[in-house]
Amino acid sequence: MENTLQSVPQNWYLLLSSFLFCIGVMGVLFRRNAIIILMCVELMLNSVNLLLVSYSSYAGNNDGQVFVFFIMVVAAAEVAVGLALLVSIFRNIASTDIDVLSKLKW
Amino acid sequence: MNTLIYTACLGLFCMLAEIFNLRKWIIPTVVLGLAVIFSLNLNDWNHPSSHYNDMLRVDNFSVAFSGLALLICTFLFMLSSDFYRSEENQKHISDYMAILVFVLCGALMMVSFGNLVMLFLGIETLSISLYVMAGSNRNDLRSNEAGFKYFLLGAFTSGFLLFGIALIYGASNSFNLQDIYTYVSSNGNNISPLFIVGMLLMIFAMLFKISAAPFHFWAPDVYEGSPALVTAFMSTLVKIAAFAAFYRLISNCFLFTLQKAELILTVSCIATLFIGNLTALVQDNFKRLLAFSGISHAGYMLLAIISLQSNTDSVLFYYATGYALSSIAAFAVVIAVIGITNSEKINSLNGLGKKNPILATLLTMAMLSLAGIPPFAGFFGKYFIFSEALRNGYSYLVLIAIINSIIGVYYYLKPVMAMYGGAANQDEIKLPISYSLVLWTCVILSLLLGIFPDLFVTLL
Repeated sequence: MENTLQSVPQNWYLLLSSFLFCIGVMGVLFRRNAIIILMCVELMLNSVNLLLVSYSSYAGNNDGQVFVFFIMVVAAAEVAVGLALLVSIFRNIASTDIDVLSKLKW
Repeated sequence: MNTLIYTACLGLFCMLAEIFNLRKWIIPTVVLGLAVIFSLNLNDWNHPSSHYNDMLRVDNFSVAFSGLALLICTFLFMLSSDFYRSEENQKHISDYMAILVFVLCGALMMVSFGNLVMLFLGIETLSISLYVMAGSNRNDLRSNEAGFKYFLLGAFTSGFLLFGIALIYGASNSFNLQDIYTYVSSNGNNISPLFIVGMLLMIFAMLFKISAAPFHFWAPDVYEGSPALVTAFMSTLVKIAAFAAFYRLISNCFLFTLQKAELILTVSCIATLFIGNLTALVQDNFKRLLAFSGISHAGYMLLAIISLQSNTDSVLFYYATGYALSSIAAFAVVIAVIGITNSEKINSLNGLGKKNPILATLLTMAMLSLAGIPPFAGFFGKYFIFSEALRNGYSYLVLIAIINSIIGVYYYLKPVMAMYGGAANQDEIKLPISYSLVLWTCVILSLLLGIFPDLFVTLL
């Protein structure tokens, strides 16, 4: 496992996960559908997971891989809460477009 | 560490109480429990220790801020029995209380973390619980919207926080604060650029959590839309926990590399002060006014972090205590008035001075303390921060901060003017005993802090 991961240079992992992270950020900033925004947030968190696993493999300690589990757990909890909030909004306004949410001054 | 475990048990009790049909006992038990935990927490004073492989580190700083968090929560839970008195709310009381206790758990983790994993878990425990509470008024679209906005932006910034943590891990091969500190101090000028980028990403995420400009946009909206009690939690407990975590992070990890971020922090501090104070001038919603006041106070506390020196932590603690006490008093009055008039506008306070002179006097004193007028704690908090910053050569920042606190006096006096002028909008408000108790304690404590500041400043 260690060797398979290390057959790719370390910086490539950094580039790949930065790239994925940026896609996530762009998605959050420019998409207007709440569900797609949620998916983009997940993409950001998962790019971090990838980075942590690769660093952990190169550094030879397991801290990073354990942290990945924490991130997964927290991401799952976050999505559960986010979808619940989205459902209660959908019941009130029958839309998942976040531009409709402008009752409060932005 | 025991503080955290007992608090988590209290949260579990709240969830179980529903099954055993003990709903009536939840709030008294929680208030009593928090008071007991508060006194147990004091046992750790001067007994620094670390637990679970240095995941949690208990020192005087963490004991002081845990104590403050517990005190704030005790007061706010005392207000909650009246706030959630309606039948609909009583059905969910155990959920509400359990989630709010878990907010406190997150805050306790944030003030005593010894490892970046713990910082992340603390922030998320606190935030996820708050997303639920911000949207807890399910049928009110404004509450839904507040919850969802808070959620989206919070999840977005935790992405940045995590990416920062990952980069720092890549550079220093550890999540432990001590190891990172050793890495920074042993590598001197040879620090990997990954570390600097990671530090900046983490600072951005923390600036968001303390609602400093330019990451403050969520705060007024979320504060306005959430139920008033939850807003009180956000503007006192959450803000102070986030500041304590930010301070702990910087003083334990980033002390040597801070000058790389100093420009960002300085610009953010100036922008926070001006945006907070100038935008507060035009608000007519009392909760929104308090949100902007919270933003401007974040600016003053940021000034303390920029001029980081050996005894800044006690100054920060003093300021945070003064701010929390006066904010709780202000929110207690707001909650009482909203309960009667169903309006959050400042003009709903009209005539309060004639009908409820005691309530009006207490709110006036809280406002004066927030504005920073002697002899209240707010004045000395500002005084200590300014003199600390002056001594470290940040005179231009102090000048800007002083101009801003003069602007601040105007909008803090707006509710006071409303109370003592205009025709009365409400009848006499019968305050429940718990409210008067919280109000009096907060105002008297903030007066005492102001009269005897030395007791406190030499504490840490």
